[in-house]
Amino acid sequence: MMLEDRIKEKIGHNIASDEVVLFMKGTPVFPQCGFSAAVVGVLSHLGIKFSGVNVLEDDEIREGIKTYSDWPTIPQLYVKGEFIGGCDIVREMYETGELMEMFNTHGINVNPQPMQG
Amino acid sequence: MPMQAHEIETLIKKAFPDAQITIEDLRGDGDHYSCMVVSAAFAGKSRVQQHQMVYQALDGRMGGELHALALQTRAP
Repeated sequence: MMLEDRIKEKIGHNIASDEVVLFMKGTPVFPQCGFSAAVVGVLSHLGIKFSGVNVLEDDEIREGIKTYSDWPTIPQLYVKGEFIGGCDIVREMYETGELMEMFNTHGINVNPQPMQG
Repeated sequence: MPMQAHEIETLIKKAFPDAQITIEDLRGDGDHYSCMVVSAAFAGKSRVQQHQMVYQALDGRMGGELHALALQTRAP
């Protein structure tokens, strides 16, 4: 499927807006889907500063990002312009320690937070 | 329409005949599955590529009628 240049540019602009960008349903403070919430949880736990793009606010991005990344689901994590994966991959990489390693390799500050509760 | 576990398995098996597939219906509602696929086809591929291969095998159903499929992939 072809993606309109205008939408492609908009998504590219979002991806470039921060080092770590999460396309998600809802916002980092108020995720509106369990899978998005899980990734927010992982990033927060690692103390990663990131920007959330709420796809529920923009249908063009919501549908466009799936074609853009060739990935059928939301959330989608981008680090320095590179697509890292969705919820399953982020979770798996977190569990194996690869996620922390990836952030380190990209020169992104990791500051693990103590578990709450 | 939710998908049955065996339909998911059939589609994956078609694309990866060698695959060992383990599917679990997480809530017993036919809508939330976890799926582990082990296939030699994944050798040398990144995780993103591996998952993309499975999504392709599911032929557009992922994110549509297949709402939640927690996916794990690896080479044997």
